[in-house]
Amino acid sequence: MQTWFFTEDAYPYLPDPSAYESIRVNLPNRNYDPAKGADLYHQYLDMWLAAEGNGLEIMVNEHHQTATCVVPAAPLMLAILARQSKTARLLILGNPIANRNQPVRVAEEMAMIDVISRGRLECGFVRSVPWEASAANITALRGVDRMWEAHDLIIKAFTTHDGPFNFEGRYYRHRQVNIWPRPFQQPHPPVWVTIGSGPSGVPVAQRNYIGAVFLAGYQKVRGIFDGYRDAYAAKFAKPAPINRLAYAALIYVGDTPKLAREGAEKILWYMQSNKVTPHHSNPPGYHPLDVAVQFMKGQAGILPAAPQLDDQMARGNVFAGTPDQVYEQIKSLYEYSGGFGHLIMMGQAGFLTMPETLRSMELFSKEVAPRLKALTASYDHGRAREIRAALPEKPLTQLGSFGLEFTR
Amino acid sequence: MAETPMKLTLQGIDLEVRRKGRGPALLMLHGGGGPISHLPFADRLAEQFEIFAPVHPGFDGSRLPERFDDLEDLVYLYLDLMDHLQLDRAVVLGTSIGGWLAAELAVRNLQRISKLILVNAVGIKPGGRDERDIADVFATSHAELTRLTWHNPALAPDPSQFTDAQLKIVAGNRVALSLYGWDPYLHNPRLRYRLHRITVPTLFLWGASDKLVTPAYGKAYCNMIPGAKMIAIDQAGHSPHVEQPDVFVKHVTHFAAA
Repeated sequence: MQTWFFTEDAYPYLPDPSAYESIRVNLPNRNYDPAKGADLYHQYLDMWLAAEGNGLEIMVNEHHQTATCVVPAAPLMLAILARQSKTARLLILGNPIANRNQPVRVAEEMAMIDVISRGRLECGFVRSVPWEASAANITALRGVDRMWEAHDLIIKAFTTHDGPFNFEGRYYRHRQVNIWPRPFQQPHPPVWVTIGSGPSGVPVAQRNYIGAVFLAGYQKVRGIFDGYRDAYAAKFAKPAPINRLAYAALIYVGDTPKLAREGAEKILWYMQSNKVTPHHSNPPGYHPLDVAVQFMKGQAGILPAAPQLDDQMARGNVFAGTPDQVYEQIKSLYEYSGGFGHLIMMGQAGFLTMPETLRSMELFSKEVAPRLKALTASYDHGRAREIRAALPEKPLTQLGSFGLEFTR
Repeated sequence: MAETPMKLTLQGIDLEVRRKGRGPALLMLHGGGGPISHLPFADRLAEQFEIFAPVHPGFDGSRLPERFDDLEDLVYLYLDLMDHLQLDRAVVLGTSIGGWLAAELAVRNLQRISKLILVNAVGIKPGGRDERDIADVFATSHAELTRLTWHNPALAPDPSQFTDAQLKIVAGNRVALSLYGWDPYLHNPRLRYRLHRITVPTLFLWGASDKLVTPAYGKAYCNMIPGAKMIAIDQAGHSPHVEQPDVFVKHVTHFAAA
């Protein structure tokens, strides 16, 4: 198993949530102190480089108009890391291409990063979360269609080497496409796409791309991964390799159960600080109408007021404990889900300090990662199915809209 | 008064047109909230007019045509609809985005139109680039939208009383509205340069308390159409036909007869 260290690059120095309507979209940026922000950027870059030092891979993402993730241009972060890191794979998950008007520009940025890093780019594409509709001023309606059309243009730009080609699609038009540089990796860098429900995994599986889930937990992971595996098997007449699936969780490893718990409580900031409004969580065209109705009824749209650590651990959204405990927690979800070859480790959030983050990273790297590598090295599709079949469904209560923002 | 639904297929698109009443033709174009031809004001108008009220594709549970990109697609569907219905000297009445539609139809073809009534209509951008002429309905809470659009919020529909099926229709209406008006936001930058082509008598009826699309917006719009007149309706917001149906019907009747 490969582990990808990830922090959202949050700006946590905010007033009490009662003082603002939403942490996303409309929180005035007078609340952002650029001097503190500069320190944070440097700290997060150092964290990613330390991850590489610990043998972990690197993942960055982007969001807009939000204190939860002050990276509105992930390619800029990755460009710095492409130069400063030496060996780690560099995953961007991802480029919100349904919301970027120039797919060719995205292809150029990705090709540059791939060349600067001498072929270490892992290129992710995402549809985006609902809060991005206002931030990008781009309708969420038909976002999936736009994402795939932009993807088609980008892949064609990556793989065409004999001069300009023409592309006149429904959403994107570009008559003279001929990117310089072209990607370092041939025919193009590995592609990742986030997947939510079963159907959204189908086009990802059919293209042999890596499907990644966020906050799927025990509740949803089987449905999503099964959807991917079924589509893969139908297309390629063989089981999906284990390294086609990725699982993301909040992770904190501590020297003692007590220290681990303290660290995990701090990372839980990511879930507890997501105060948002129903209308921004439900832009027209993002959710299926039945889901939109849930937001309108006010039963959804806001994460549980205070997600609790034990509950989130039971759901498989947080792995926290000593190295032994964390390994067992991951293994449990791994077996329950049928297996995955990539673990995305949100290893820092909120006020978790650099030393605290580094200690967790070190413990993970030394004591958990080798066991996870051994676990996936012995992966056997038939055996994994047997183990999965022997594990009963976990009964978990519904949490309203929790995770709905990742519905595809 | 019962409506007679008429199912048509035009341009390969299924379209429902609700009809009621007897008299000269009145083409009624609804706004972003969905159909209005079942409301009391329309019953009153049906005593004098034969009302043709199409349900804009995507609204009221109907399918949003996959190939539709923006309001212009609807404009050309309705130009065909007017031909299909063989409307002759029809009064065209549109509320909110229905008013925008009415104006877009009129700048293209006046042959079947005798008079135009635009009710708290959108469609232009009178202000400068930094002015928010119309609040962003897609980024505004329900409570604030109610405050902006109603003179008497007690008359506003209460979604907490809606069934899931009704909420699903409201959600679908919102999606359709976004297709027709997300960007450019609830206007066509070219429309103002075409409005001079409207040479039929045109009346702007405007809820004076509308804080979403203000009377000042209406006045600017009215000034772009030669000879158009504007009448403000007091104690009414974005939907004067709902908040002041008597006054509203009186003005429509008077204008149509003049």
